[in-house]
Amino acid sequence: MRSELSSTDQRVYRSGPLLGKLGLDQLMPMHIWAGPTGHILRAGPTLMKLRPDSEIVGQRLTELLEFRRPRRVQLMSELRAYDGKSVQVSFRSSPRTSLKGHVVSLPKRQGVLLNFSLGIAMAEIVRSFGLKSKDFAASDPTVEMLYLIEAQSAILDESKKLNTRLQGARIAAEEQAFTDTLTGLKNRRALDHVLTRVTDQRSSQRFGLMHVDLDYFKSVNDTYGHAAGDYVLQEAARIMVEETRAEDLVARTGGDEFVIVLMGCVDKRKLNQIAERIISRLEQPIQFDGAECRVSASIGITVSSLYETLDAEQICSDADVALYQSKDRGRACFTMYGPN
Amino acid sequence: MHGLVNRSIQCFIRDTYGVEIWEEICREADLGFNNFESLLMYDVSLTDAVLSVAGKLIGRCREGLLEDMGTYLVSNPDLDALRRLLRFGGENFEEFLHSLDDLHDRVKLALPDLDIPVLELKERTAHTYSLSYRWKNRGFGALVLGILRAMADDYGALVLLEHSTMRDGLGELDQISISLLDGAFAQGRGFDLGAQV
Repeated sequence: MRSELSSTDQRVYRSGPLLGKLGLDQLMPMHIWAGPTGHILRAGPTLMKLRPDSEIVGQRLTELLEFRRPRRVQLMSELRAYDGKSVQVSFRSSPRTSLKGHVVSLPKRQGVLLNFSLGIAMAEIVRSFGLKSKDFAASDPTVEMLYLIEAQSAILDESKKLNTRLQGARIAAEEQAFTDTLTGLKNRRALDHVLTRVTDQRSSQRFGLMHVDLDYFKSVNDTYGHAAGDYVLQEAARIMVEETRAEDLVARTGGDEFVIVLMGCVDKRKLNQIAERIISRLEQPIQFDGAECRVSASIGITVSSLYETLDAEQICSDADVALYQSKDRGRACFTMYGPN
Repeated sequence: MHGLVNRSIQCFIRDTYGVEIWEEICREADLGFNNFESLLMYDVSLTDAVLSVAGKLIGRCREGLLEDMGTYLVSNPDLDALRRLLRFGGENFEEFLHSLDDLHDRVKLALPDLDIPVLELKERTAHTYSLSYRWKNRGFGALVLGILRAMADDYGALVLLEHSTMRDGLGELDQISISLLDGAFAQGRGFDLGAQV
């Protein structure tokens, strides 16, 4: 003890602190004092609120509470061994509320004093037992924690709403998009728009249509992986754009399927030349990350001049028939659709 | 300006004066959208534009609008979140006043981007206080006044509030003098610590 203390202070120090039972209630509203026989002598007012229908005082401590950690405690002697340590307990009766506790063994065979806090489930416990801020010691940060939990959950709610709105906006934007994000080509939606326009009776637009399907693409994907596959699709897209004019439409309509609409072009010889160039350029090996990817293409062609009335669905399906004839003829070639 | 502030202005105008006025304000302020997102940041010029157009269309000065908005934010039963978070400050209005010293730090903990001023409470006599603060944005001092008035009602306290704004080299210095006439004048609204939120 420090020698500069006055004699009064020294006397007080030697005999104390004498903390009255009410003082104990105020400082530790969730304490339990168990006597040497293991019976509960006193419990703090907040702890008693957690068992509103049962008389806590007088019960055996181990009948009221189950000691879960560090390990089961049955006897007072076992509990005293935890002097100064923390324990995890839960009530034996329902609801089996869990609490976090601190054990102190009292001198002069006065038993043990345990002080509890609500632990991580505090919000739920406060809610189910209707606890108020007065039920907590002024130094207990539970109320501050509840404030934080509530503030965070309000923000999280806002954040979820924002994410939902952004997700919705993204989906809407994607639905309205005309661009295939991987290749930068037009997509199926864009193709449908253009076909609707060029098949309109009033437009009298002449055009050639090619249905292009990459050959051996699946084996590139399987052998060299998706990154290589994506790169091949981008290269194929570049070749088709380069082999057509700005006013033509090149669309990616499926995994390795493309449709090209050549505006104003119904010249079969010219279309055959374009198809031949596209195939021969696609057959050049494509280098990706040290690998040599080899693909080719099968193409089906049709022209608007074959039809008396233009029907987009019919035209596409005829190009498809021609494409499958190319596939049947051993791939890597093109077929012009003909009525025969 | 934090989206939460902009969103508050939006909800206040929409709920008090109607959605048509709000949409007109958005058009005239040339926002290009009708909805502020509470978790995004916006340029302060948008907030200023909204407040000026709103003041003109509604016929209420900026300070008056912001004071009403403060009251709205606390007393509107549909938006219990702010009221509840403020009620965590104390069991009664007096404790709440003392908790205002920590408000800036509390807000920082929950929403680090939301920049609210440091509030300084001085106890003048047993039941009179003065609260001073500097809000970076013009007119926002009145928002605190509105919030304080509504919180006094919420606690059921009878108070007299006087607000003054001084302009100096650093901007605006706001001061609210508070006379707590009766801490338990009325029933007030309840506060359940563990309410399901």
